[in-house]
Amino acid sequence: MTHTAPVRDWATDFDVMDPDYLRDPFSIWDQLRSACPIPHTDRRKSSWMPLRYEDVTAIAHDVVHFSSAKVGVIPADEDADPVELEGPNLEYGLPPISSDPPLHTWTRRLLLPWFSHKRVESYVPLTRELCRRLLDGFAGAGRADAAGDYAQQIPVRVIAHILGVSSDLSDTFTGWVRDVLEFADDTERRRHGTEGLLNYFVSELEQRRANPGDDLLSALLTADVDGEHVDDGIVLGMAALVLIAGVDTTWSAIGSSLWHLATHPEDRKRLAAEPELMPTAIEELLRAYSPVTMAREVTEDIVYAGCPMRAGDKVLMNFPAANRDPEAFDHPEEVRLDRAHNRHIAFGSGIHRCAGSNLARMELQVALEEWLARVPDFSLAQGEEITWAGGQVRGPRVLPVVFG
Amino acid sequence: MKLRVDPDKCQGHARCYGLAPEIFDVDDYGQASVIVDEVPPELEEKARLAVANCPEYAIEIVAE
Repeated sequence: MTHTAPVRDWATDFDVMDPDYLRDPFSIWDQLRSACPIPHTDRRKSSWMPLRYEDVTAIAHDVVHFSSAKVGVIPADEDADPVELEGPNLEYGLPPISSDPPLHTWTRRLLLPWFSHKRVESYVPLTRELCRRLLDGFAGAGRADAAGDYAQQIPVRVIAHILGVSSDLSDTFTGWVRDVLEFADDTERRRHGTEGLLNYFVSELEQRRANPGDDLLSALLTADVDGEHVDDGIVLGMAALVLIAGVDTTWSAIGSSLWHLATHPEDRKRLAAEPELMPTAIEELLRAYSPVTMAREVTEDIVYAGCPMRAGDKVLMNFPAANRDPEAFDHPEEVRLDRAHNRHIAFGSGIHRCAGSNLARMELQVALEEWLARVPDFSLAQGEEITWAGGQVRGPRVLPVVFG
Repeated sequence: MKLRVDPDKCQGHARCYGLAPEIFDVDDYGQASVIVDEVPPELEEKARLAVANCPEYAIEIVAE
């Protein structure tokens, strides 16, 4: 189920999977923001897409009218196009991201300590070691696919460590996650990814039940919530969520940041020369190249900012566009590595703030530090194609660069 | 200078901790808090940066 008909009017017929949008969503947002800041489409499903910072944050905070029950950007209409699974199913969705209070509240509290800044600090050495090993593999070649050879390889292995599963299956995990997030318009791929993930975690959870370890999966199985164990279906959904949310997203942020540095030599040199600038630069790169758009579902008919939203409509929470809103950021089109005032919402806004934001930020910083230490000078490989994923998660999927 | 984090607004972005760990801490559940009674003058600029970067507008300056 793919829709590739050309978009004639972005205000009334937008398509986040349109090739122009995947390549350059920025100019489309800029045109729409003043003319029609909440465009609508009937492609896939009646959907609205707020682009202004003020609207995105307001809707994110109104969890009564805008439910998180269906957060997928694609497919937009899961009910009309369900994946029929043989075997385990996601009867509870992916809590807490695809749930509203009260389920959201207590499932989120189970996850948060695994991603606290103190815990994330303890993951730094293995992340650094991993980045160095990857760089060892291609630094001598004088070129690399910065997305496939590097960015893609990092978050999946750190997440596997936290979950307590083998990183030998990293490529398989990545494939499943991409099937679910990037190719969800393709029912077969969506089924393949979902089944692969769920069957894998059912088996892993069985093993942990017999032999609990010091890992997130075991902790979920043994968690005590008001004197009760967590339902198996909820544990499965949470396990799947940690992998799905922890892989494509951060990999995309690392890839987009490397793309920026490959195409902006002045920023690359500055960052290599002023490492103390890194934390501020990380926030700016997250702002300018925010990877993630999440959906909400309208719970009852409501007129928001003049838009007649109907119960069941989708709202695509365009955090990346909000982060380029000139009403919220001074010259948002400019990447300023030392931007001092930066209330970006790359990790969302309100109660669904990305539970893994500390981890993502750390991985992005360590990945860039290690890359720049080994490969301070690099640029795009001339004449070679760069491909971008988009829709739910935007970032480069093939990014050929040459060193020196 | 005295600061306060509104616990109802704070969602755990942890930007304040990243900018000024001398002034803020964030607990295991993402809740930020101010760990000094009075912000020392040499940290006031950092405190203002934390206020200006909080995506939830959760940090208030309660006394200058």
